[in-house]
Amino acid sequence: MSAVVTDHEHEHHDHKPAGIKRWLYTTNHKDIGTMYLVFALIMFFIGGAMAMVIRAELFQPGMQFVEPNFFNQMTTVHGLIMVFGAVMPAFTGLANWMIPMMIGAPDMALPRMNNWSFWILPFAFLILLMSLFMPGGGPSFGWTFYAPLSTTYSGDSTALFVFSVHIMGISSIMGAINVIVTIFNLRAPGMTWMKMPLFVWTWLITAFLLIMVMPVLAGVVTMVLTDKYFGTSFFDAAGGGDPVLFQHIFWFFGHPEVYIMILPAFGIVSSIVPTFARKPLFGYASMVYATSSIALLSFLVWAHHMFTTGMPVAGALFFMYCTMLIAVPTGVKVFNWVATMWRGAMTFEVPMMFALAFIVLFTIGGFSGLMLAITPADFQYHDTYFVVAHFHYVLVTGAVFSIIAAAYYWLPKWTGHMYDEKLGQWHFWCSLISVNMLFFPMHFVGLAGMPRRIPDYALQFADFNAFISIGGFLFGASQLIFVWVLVKCARGGKKATAQVWEGAEGLEWEVPSPAPYHTFETPPVIK
Amino acid sequence: MTKTRSLRWSLPTLLLAATVDATDMPLNMTKGVTEISQQVYDLHMTIFWICCVIGAVVFGIMFWSIVRHRKARGVQPAQFHESTKVEILWTAIPVLILIVMAIPATKTLIAMEDTTEADVTVLVTGSQWKWHYKYLDNDVEFYSLLATPKEQIINRFAKGDNYLLEVDRPLVIPTGKKVRFLMTSDDVIHSWWVPAFAVKKDANPGFINEAWARVDEPGVYRGQCAELCGKDHGFMPIVVIAKSPADYEQWVNGEAERIAKAKAEEQELLAMNMSMEELMSVGERTYTAYCAACHQPNGEGLPGIFPALKGSALALENIPGHIDIVLNGKTGTAMQAYAKQLSLKEIAAVITYERNAWGNNTGELVQAADVHAVMQGKGE
Repeated sequence: MSAVVTDHEHEHHDHKPAGIKRWLYTTNHKDIGTMYLVFALIMFFIGGAMAMVIRAELFQPGMQFVEPNFFNQMTTVHGLIMVFGAVMPAFTGLANWMIPMMIGAPDMALPRMNNWSFWILPFAFLILLMSLFMPGGGPSFGWTFYAPLSTTYSGDSTALFVFSVHIMGISSIMGAINVIVTIFNLRAPGMTWMKMPLFVWTWLITAFLLIMVMPVLAGVVTMVLTDKYFGTSFFDAAGGGDPVLFQHIFWFFGHPEVYIMILPAFGIVSSIVPTFARKPLFGYASMVYATSSIALLSFLVWAHHMFTTGMPVAGALFFMYCTMLIAVPTGVKVFNWVATMWRGAMTFEVPMMFALAFIVLFTIGGFSGLMLAITPADFQYHDTYFVVAHFHYVLVTGAVFSIIAAAYYWLPKWTGHMYDEKLGQWHFWCSLISVNMLFFPMHFVGLAGMPRRIPDYALQFADFNAFISIGGFLFGASQLIFVWVLVKCARGGKKATAQVWEGAEGLEWEVPSPAPYHTFETPPVIK
Repeated sequence: MTKTRSLRWSLPTLLLAATVDATDMPLNMTKGVTEISQQVYDLHMTIFWICCVIGAVVFGIMFWSIVRHRKARGVQPAQFHESTKVEILWTAIPVLILIVMAIPATKTLIAMEDTTEADVTVLVTGSQWKWHYKYLDNDVEFYSLLATPKEQIINRFAKGDNYLLEVDRPLVIPTGKKVRFLMTSDDVIHSWWVPAFAVKKDANPGFINEAWARVDEPGVYRGQCAELCGKDHGFMPIVVIAKSPADYEQWVNGEAERIAKAKAEEQELLAMNMSMEELMSVGERTYTAYCAACHQPNGEGLPGIFPALKGSALALENIPGHIDIVLNGKTGTAMQAYAKQLSLKEIAAVITYERNAWGNNTGELVQAADVHAVMQGKGE
């Protein structure tokens, strides 16, 4: 996107250094958004490569390619990179690009902080990835880094892991503050709260979740650091601590974190479905209330990750009921999307295909989530491949599919060119089939009793694992088509109109495509 | 049905195999062998069917809409976008369904957590990477280790039927009795899981968790550690044998006798000297079973995590120091205390082995009496 063509009235503002300096010094929300998105894509492939190592080792029973210790590093770093390096930065990139354009603001409210919050990220991940090359390797205690495995029993790379998570956290908090300040202060006159596009609403709620829980993550990694290196005993019973305390703190961060990775996805799907159904979103207000309720409930359910740690019956019941309750607002959202489609006039371009797949497959992930909420049954599902299937359905066919849908949806606005529809459809169908080959059989493997995070397994699981691995390799390969589409679209293609999609509504579709370097320097008029 | 799988998969045979062999693996959660596990299975199926019905209705409507309401059919989009009535309806119905679901779930959970009036109590202790069982009502305790040979894991030998699900000494429990399990850990968090009992409870270091099972059918039930506990998390299976109360009594007495005999032998050993050859052979066996997971079969350890023994000062010089660390472990590291896990003979042998293997040719012999002396010095 280096050759941004601007319309004439903006041309004289368009001072930007050439080459690398443009990207290093930029305070422009579009440039920063682009950097976040490219960074997330790179991380998606690095984390994906680690998943390929995992699936190669699990292709057959027995140890073939890697040692158990390296296998554990792969599962750990795969999780950390996908959560903090791919999904979260991708959503932040979308927020950067779209929120100012959707609310009629000239830029993010805090542009210099915006630059800083992006540029510390590559260093965080460089530190994390470099730790893999230390003697003893990188972190191998799972992305959830339960103590005391991550304290007394961890390798020397733990300090680097903690430092890197701190930097990721600072970046997220700064990004979240920027989103909140922008939405509160820079809305165009007449853009009242209940006129804001749902993507803006869901991101606003996400940003509040981030500000509330990222400091909790920072606290818990710091406690891990001091337990390991400075002789404290937060999580060591011998010193008066409690290893289960770690899990309470971690999941108090971790559960809202799960919603941080899905609420913006709800916003994206709520933008795409009305566009391609050519019909307004059904139940806008109830969508806002449902999102807020999900966010509130997310603070009351953390211990459902911990049913097997041994908690009082009353505690387990409380967390079971609260968790089941989340199904209600989530259901409302799904029903609203279906009602939006009902009696619309739908077309099925790639963004719509990914959005439809999102609705079905995310709902399947929601169903397994509801099953996991039932505490007695959770004792059988917990820490098996059933859980792996569950959270990959909500994170891959949920969050990642929504990000891909968003990329296709807004690519013409970003580049000024239409992407290659045929290639995009290929990407969609290959991804859809392979992702289900990859994750659907995991439900059965888990129910049959295969624990997660094991490098080798009993013979009964062999056929399913071989099949799952093939699905995994195909899904990985399918994403290369995506890169092809992106590169092709950035380089050229059919000129996109301002509105791009026949049914698209909103301020971002009123500026030309590609969006000029500066937009809405004078606030638009909101009807 | 021994299946040996080498690298001879090709895509067509694999897809075929996946359909033919699938019967090997159950496709659903086990009903288990206890009343509780049956209830858990029923809950699982209930919630599963509820999800299926909701899914069928929602996706059905969605696909109907996708087929009918497409622009290609020339339809005009409707413009409705609100209905408070509908919104209330589809908030209220799920709430009712959830309440219906919560009632049996609550009942089962309360029953599962009632560990009172147990007939037999077993203390289950996890440690990297094995289980220890201690019968609190008898003088019986032992470690239970993975019995699958290394050669099967690294694909040198064909894999057996119970690959990775077999142990040297299974836990034995009586049928028809309420058996209470107390879980704890020596190091990191483990999780003791036997699917057939619907028991999965974390073993937390420094704390004790409870669970219970009443098994009616005699049989062999297998499970695995369910909580990531480090490098060999995938290699610490659980095997439980349920025996009739009479057989169980016989087994307990036999075990108590075996343990008492071993203790008596220990005392006799103190006066005896073993040969280098004998020490080295027992030592190698013990090293492979207990030490090689961390310090590696070649004694070189894993740099940055597990220290090398080959050429290390500890294994070449200070004998009492070496004995001490094997007996008592090293606080703040993964090095466990082996005083209770191994016999004096095994400890003497493994130390001799470590001091004479991989070029650590000290020529020194460590006898059971030496180990005993260090133990006494520690005030054991």
